[in-house]
Amino acid sequence: MSYIVDRRLNAKNKSTVNRRRFLDRYKKHIKRAVSDAVNNRSITDMERGEEVVIPGDDVSEPVFHHGSGGSRSIVHPGNKEFVKGDRIKRSDGGGPGGGGAGEASNSGEGVDEFVFQLSHEEFLDFLFDDLALPNLTKRALKGNASYKYEHAGFTTDGVPAKLSVLRSLKASKARRIALTGEARKLLKAAEAKREEASNQGDEVSERRLALEIELLERRIKRVPFLDTNDLRYNLHQKRPLPTSQAVMFCLMDVSGSMDQQIKDMAKRFYLLLYMFLKRHYERTEIVFIRHHTVAKEVDEQEFFYSRETGGTVVSSALTLMQEIVEARYSPNEWNIYGAQASDGDNWNDDSPTCRKLLEESILPVVQYFAYVEITKRNHQALWQEYEQVAESHPDTFAQRQIAEVGDIFAVFHDLFQKRDAA
Amino acid sequence: MSNRQRSPLCDGSDWTFELIETFDQEIGRIAESFGLDTYRNQIEVIRSDQMMDAYASIGMPVGYNHWSFGKQFVEVDRNYQRGVMGLAYEIVINSDPCISYLMEENSMTMQALVIAHACYGHNSFFKGNYLFRTWTDATAIIDYLLFAKKYIASCEERHGVTEVEEVLDSCHALMNYGVDRYKRPYPISAEQEKRRQAERAEYVQRNLNDLWRTLPQAQSIHCDDENVFPEEPQENLLYFIEKNAPLLEPWQREIVRIVRKVAQYFYPQRQTQVMNEGWATFWHYTLLNQLYDEGLVTDGFMLEFLSSHSAVLIQPGFDHPGYNGMNPYALGFAIYSDLKRICQSPTDEDREWFPDIAGADWLTVLPAAMRDFKDESFIQQFLSPKVMRDFRLFGILDDDKEQEIEVKAIHDYCGYRQVRELLAGQYNLGDREPNIQVVRVNVEGDRSLTLEHTQHRRRPLGKTTDSVLKHFHRLWGFPVTLESTWQDEVVTRHHCPEKDSKEADKDAA
Repeated sequence: MSYIVDRRLNAKNKSTVNRRRFLDRYKKHIKRAVSDAVNNRSITDMERGEEVVIPGDDVSEPVFHHGSGGSRSIVHPGNKEFVKGDRIKRSDGGGPGGGGAGEASNSGEGVDEFVFQLSHEEFLDFLFDDLALPNLTKRALKGNASYKYEHAGFTTDGVPAKLSVLRSLKASKARRIALTGEARKLLKAAEAKREEASNQGDEVSERRLALEIELLERRIKRVPFLDTNDLRYNLHQKRPLPTSQAVMFCLMDVSGSMDQQIKDMAKRFYLLLYMFLKRHYERTEIVFIRHHTVAKEVDEQEFFYSRETGGTVVSSALTLMQEIVEARYSPNEWNIYGAQASDGDNWNDDSPTCRKLLEESILPVVQYFAYVEITKRNHQALWQEYEQVAESHPDTFAQRQIAEVGDIFAVFHDLFQKRDAA
Repeated sequence: MSNRQRSPLCDGSDWTFELIETFDQEIGRIAESFGLDTYRNQIEVIRSDQMMDAYASIGMPVGYNHWSFGKQFVEVDRNYQRGVMGLAYEIVINSDPCISYLMEENSMTMQALVIAHACYGHNSFFKGNYLFRTWTDATAIIDYLLFAKKYIASCEERHGVTEVEEVLDSCHALMNYGVDRYKRPYPISAEQEKRRQAERAEYVQRNLNDLWRTLPQAQSIHCDDENVFPEEPQENLLYFIEKNAPLLEPWQREIVRIVRKVAQYFYPQRQTQVMNEGWATFWHYTLLNQLYDEGLVTDGFMLEFLSSHSAVLIQPGFDHPGYNGMNPYALGFAIYSDLKRICQSPTDEDREWFPDIAGADWLTVLPAAMRDFKDESFIQQFLSPKVMRDFRLFGILDDDKEQEIEVKAIHDYCGYRQVRELLAGQYNLGDREPNIQVVRVNVEGDRSLTLEHTQHRRRPLGKTTDSVLKHFHRLWGFPVTLESTWQDEVVTRHHCPEKDSKEADKDAA
C-alpha cells in the first residue's frame, strides 16, 4: 500500500538559506558585477536584476580526478566505418579520441564561467549594501507627529462602526450550537419516534410527540440569533510612525554649456539617488527643477530632454526650491533631500548668493544636500563658495566632482557610505 | 489480451489524487504479479520549484546547509528558467518507505510512468541490489540526515558558520574517498549515532585533566622505529582523518563523520547507474505495456508514454554533436530487454554465449542479474553481442605515446569479448577515480603525511590536485605530500604547504 502525500503547500524556498550562503561567499564578485552594471546599463534600466558572471575556477569544488595523458581505452557507440586496427589522427574535439565524454563528466564543471541571475531585490541589496542615509537619527530624535492606526486583533466592546460582522456571527453561531445542543438531540429523537408512531398508526403517542416537538422547537427558537455577548469589534491601535515619506529635489543646470552627455550622467546620479531613497521610504516624491537664468519646475521628460540656452543663475533654482518646500513639503512631515548637478558654470556675482541661500534657508530644513559637478575642467566660483558651505555644515552638505561615467557610482557610494556614529 | 474488455482507468491528461491512487494500485498489482519486491511507497506531489530544491540538495530530502547546494540551486534555477534544461520527471530516495516525488505539472501519463519507474523500478532495485543492501540502510537514512542537519546547525551556532563551512568544504573535496571498498560497513542509525556521539563528548569532558598538560612530553619514545603508521595503506581518507587527524576538535571529527556517512550512502549509486536506470526503465516499460494489454489505458496514453520513453533512450553516436558518453538508460534498458529476449527466444549465438540463461525463465534470470552485480560486473557478464551490434560499439586505445589513436576492437565476432571487457572497465571505479591512499605518517617527527597516487595506466592527476591537497592539509593540520607513482617510481610530487623550490629540488634528487 502506498501513501500519497500532497506536499505542494509545503514551505517554499527551501534553498533560500543555501542560496544566500552562496551569494555571501561570492560577494566580492557579485559586487563587482553590480557596480559594473550600474555604470554600463542604459539609464532607464535599473528596475531589473543582473546577470553575474563568476570565473569557473573560483566556484568549482575541487576533487581528485584524472588529467589528460597516459593511456586509456574508451568504448563509443555509433561505429560507421572503423574496423579493427584502424588508426585515427588525433583531433582536438569531436573525434573519437579527442573529446572523450566519459572524462568530461568525471572532471566536473571544467572551467566554464558560472553565470547566474540576481533578482532585482538582491541586485539593489548588493548595490546599496554598505550605504546609509545620513542624518536619520536627527529626525528620529525630533519626534514626529504622524501616527498610524494598525489592526491589533478583536475586542468585545467598541463603537458600532467597528463591528466585525464575520467574527460576531462566528461567535453567535458557536453560542447557538452550544446552547441548543441538548434540545436538538431530543428533537431528533422525538422526530424519529413520531415517524415510527405514525407508521404504526399510534395516534395518541403521535400527538403527544408532536406536542413535545413543538415545545422543543420553541426552546431552540428562544435562543437569540445574536446576543450582545457575540459582538466583536475590530481593535485598532495607534502607533507612532517614523516619518516615512521623502521628497527629493533634483536641481539641474540646463544652460547652453550642459550637453546631452553631461545630462545623462546627471540622470544616472539622480536615478541612483531615487532608488536609494525608495528603499528607505514608503513614499518618495521627486521635484524636478531646472534652471538657466530663471528656474522652473518641470516634469521628468522636460527635465532631461528639452534644450535651453542662455546664461546661468544658480540661485534662481535654490530660491524656487525653498518656495516649493514652504508651499508643499513641511519639514515636519517630509524628509527632504536635495541633489544639484551642474557643470560648474555660474554667473560670478551669483555664487555668494547661493551660499547664503543654502546656509540660511535650505540646509536647516533638508536632511542632506549633495552637489555634484560634472566637468573635467577646473573649478569655478560656485565650487569655491560651496566649499565654504561644506566646511560649516559637514553633516548635511557634500560636494563631489564627476569627470566620467565610471565615477558616478563611486561618487554616489562616497556620498552615502555608512559613517561611524562618532 | 485476457480481459481487454475492462474500461480504461482514465481518459484525458489531467491527474487527480484518486487517479494516482488507482494507477498506483493497478501498477502495484502487476508489479507484484511479476514478483517485484519493494519497500513501501510514499508518493509526494510537489511543485516544480520544490523539485528544484530537491535537485539542489542532491536528492537528500533533508540536507544540512552549505553554500554548494545554493550554487547548485542557482544553476538549476537558471537553466530551468532559460529552458536549457527540463526538470527530471522524478526523484526517488532510497529510504523505507521509499519516497518518490511527482511533479504537479506532469500529465496523468507521466505520473503513471513515474510511479512505474520510481515506485516499483528503482524501489525494487534499492531493496534487491547487493550494494545497496550492504552500504545503505533504507530505514535509517532519513533519521540520520535529520540528525546531521541538526548537528551541523548546532555547530554553526556554537562555532560560527564560516568555521563549519570550511570543514565541510574540505570534507566535500574528499567525499569520493570516504568508503572502504573492501570492508563491509556497519549500518547507520541516527539513534545510536547520537548516543555514541554524546558518550564520546562526555568521555572527553571527563578525561580532560589539565594536569597532563604540565607533564614533560616524553612518552612517545617507546614507539619502535620499524613501526610504520599506518600499518597498511588507507584508502578511506575521510575515515583516516576522522580517527587520526591530530588537531581536529571533536565537533570537527563529527562533521567529517557525517560527510563520510553521506558519501557512503551515495556510494552504491555511483556504481550502479546503468543497472539502476536500466532496471527502472525496463520495468516501467513492461508494467505500462501490461496495463495496456489489460485494457486499462487508452491508445493516447500509450502514445504519450512511448514518446517520453523513447526520448529517454536516445543514444547519439560518437560523432553526433549531442554525444555525451554512453546513455545509462539506453544501455541498461537494452541489456535487460535483451536478457529477456535471450530467455524467451534464444538464437544459436545466445546459446553459445549464454548457455545457462538461454531459454530459462526470465522472471528468475532478470532479478538475479539485478541483485548480485554492479555496473562493471553486470556489463562484463550480460552485455550480449546483439546489444553491441545494435549500439555499434567500438573500442579505441588512446595512448599519449602513440601518434594516432588505434581502434582495438569493433562489434564483430572477434571483437565482442574485447569490446565488452573495455566497456566494463570503463565502469570500474578505479578507472574513473584516481587511486589515492595514505601510506605514511611521520609520527615521531613533524607529523607530516604522505599520500600515494598509484597511476592507472600512466594517467596523471588533474589540475585541481593542489587545491584538493590544500583541503586535506586543512583537516590534517600538518604538511601533506602527494606522490604520484607509476610502477613504483614517483613521477610527480605535490606538497601542501608548498615547499620552496630549493627544498623541492633536494626532495626530487
